[in-house]
Amino acid sequence: MKILVAVKRVVDYNVKVRVKPDASDVDLANVKMSMNPFDEIAIEEAVRLKEAGIATEVIAVSAGIANCQETLRTAMAIGADRGILIQTDVELQPLAVAKLLKAVCEKEQPQIVLCGKQAIDDDANQTGQMLAGLMNWPQATFASKIVVAGQLATVTREIDGGLETVEVPLPAVLTADLRLNEPRYATLPNIMKAKRKPLETTHPATLGVDVAPRLKTLKVAEPPKRTAGIKVADAADLVMKLKTEAKVI
Amino acid sequence: MAILVIAEHDHTSIKAATRNAVTAATKIGGEIHLLVAGSACAAAADAAAGLAGVSKVLLADAPHYADQSPENLAALVVATAASHTHLLAAATTCGKNFMPRVAALLDVAQISEIIGVESADTFVRPIYAGNVVATVQSADPVKVITVRATAFEAAGDGGNAHIEKLSAGPDLAQNKLVGRELSKSERPELTAAKVIVSGGRGMGNGENFHRLLEPLADRLGAALGASRAAVDAGYVSNDYQVGQTGKIVAPQLYIAVGISGAIQHLAGMKDSKVIVAINKDAEAPIFQVADYGLVGDLFEVLPALQAELG
Repeated sequence: MKILVAVKRVVDYNVKVRVKPDASDVDLANVKMSMNPFDEIAIEEAVRLKEAGIATEVIAVSAGIANCQETLRTAMAIGADRGILIQTDVELQPLAVAKLLKAVCEKEQPQIVLCGKQAIDDDANQTGQMLAGLMNWPQATFASKIVVAGQLATVTREIDGGLETVEVPLPAVLTADLRLNEPRYATLPNIMKAKRKPLETTHPATLGVDVAPRLKTLKVAEPPKRTAGIKVADAADLVMKLKTEAKVI
Repeated sequence: MAILVIAEHDHTSIKAATRNAVTAATKIGGEIHLLVAGSACAAAADAAAGLAGVSKVLLADAPHYADQSPENLAALVVATAASHTHLLAAATTCGKNFMPRVAALLDVAQISEIIGVESADTFVRPIYAGNVVATVQSADPVKVITVRATAFEAAGDGGNAHIEKLSAGPDLAQNKLVGRELSKSERPELTAAKVIVSGGRGMGNGENFHRLLEPLADRLGAALGASRAAVDAGYVSNDYQVGQTGKIVAPQLYIAVGISGAIQHLAGMKDSKVIVAINKDAEAPIFQVADYGLVGDLFEVLPALQAELG
């Protein structure tokens, strides 16, 4: 069974992003980039399924600029067998990425596609669900546990009120939530090994996909900052202020 | 042409977040229809008909909508899309699950978690965990939108919409619900609560968390929340989590106890009206966003606070 994992190159989660002076976009010049943390969890899960003898091959796919190769090498250092880069300089939105992944799915015929539940840059939380819709496959999002047996995945999902468990027949799209696993650190030997793993480069036009953005960003801004208030002396002072000043209790 | 809001419900009543999505729809402007898809859910449809601002309730009642499977729900919404300009749902785990599927099947973009409506095609949404807000414009014929509930007021009652029955779509049978483990609580839901008492790693362990925070929450009629650190340490389950990777909340009063204030936690609660922080570390970042800060040992402050509240 092949597993396809979609990985995105995003601003590292430790970076505090800034808005460009002309408010057209966030400033990504000289900013540290990393694999989207939820995608790292997705890769780890796929590699574990391979180590458990359920998957035979783990393929990492990334779409974007040439530097996304680094993200694919990271995925291969964690344990993906090979990488596919869909290279383009066009700004890619979730619908376009889902269409690109669909084209790759039709060629590679995976039984499971794993995605991170959302990317920490655009916070869209769409691509996996969109791919499932386009493929007419079932979906199980926000997974905190995945058990694969035969042609069935049993997935525990994080929902607002707690947890729910669903069964989906394969092929299916699954998306990883935070608690699914803790990704391993890539060791130096594995990083070196990853450099020799196959990485194929293709393009949206080759896959026959129109990736033109559907949403236009008119402007970006930093939200109004909250300023620190006052320190209160003790519990009595706090209760008094909440009652008479803030009037919230 | 009208705006369709897809209601989230438990088959008898409408979930609070749907009321906020209805308010977002009124800001877009136009007639508002509410879709209730469920099984034996006539009571939910009646409740939907009473929402202020709603002119029509579309009711699809069939056994295969009982579990709100994203495949069946998306197919139904797509079938009704032709007569609507905008499709809206609250950005809950349910809305986030099926709406992108709807967008893909309609070949349109989704605009996720809007916090503002500029016009019928232009919306404001947070990116980078709320550290940046983007204003985006959609040229698609149908706008598929999820709504961040805390950014809009809840629509009230007083409506008198008529209920129109929809014929159900086919059962795609792609997703079988095996079970749900929902946290049982008499307290309000986190995302709808007016007051939230939240605990962090400073609570020390799960026993302290419940023993010290529950009486305070009960006294204030508050929901209980937690930081990711407290969840990761196993004090409480993940559905308590407030933050970028948990729930986004904006209550009237947010009391953070033993929470240092990591960026990812602030992303989930910084829009609260009044923030109170109780922490023994005077340098904790939570004090930078708190309206009222109390530097002290929570194991002494909480009993004193309880005594003051009576």
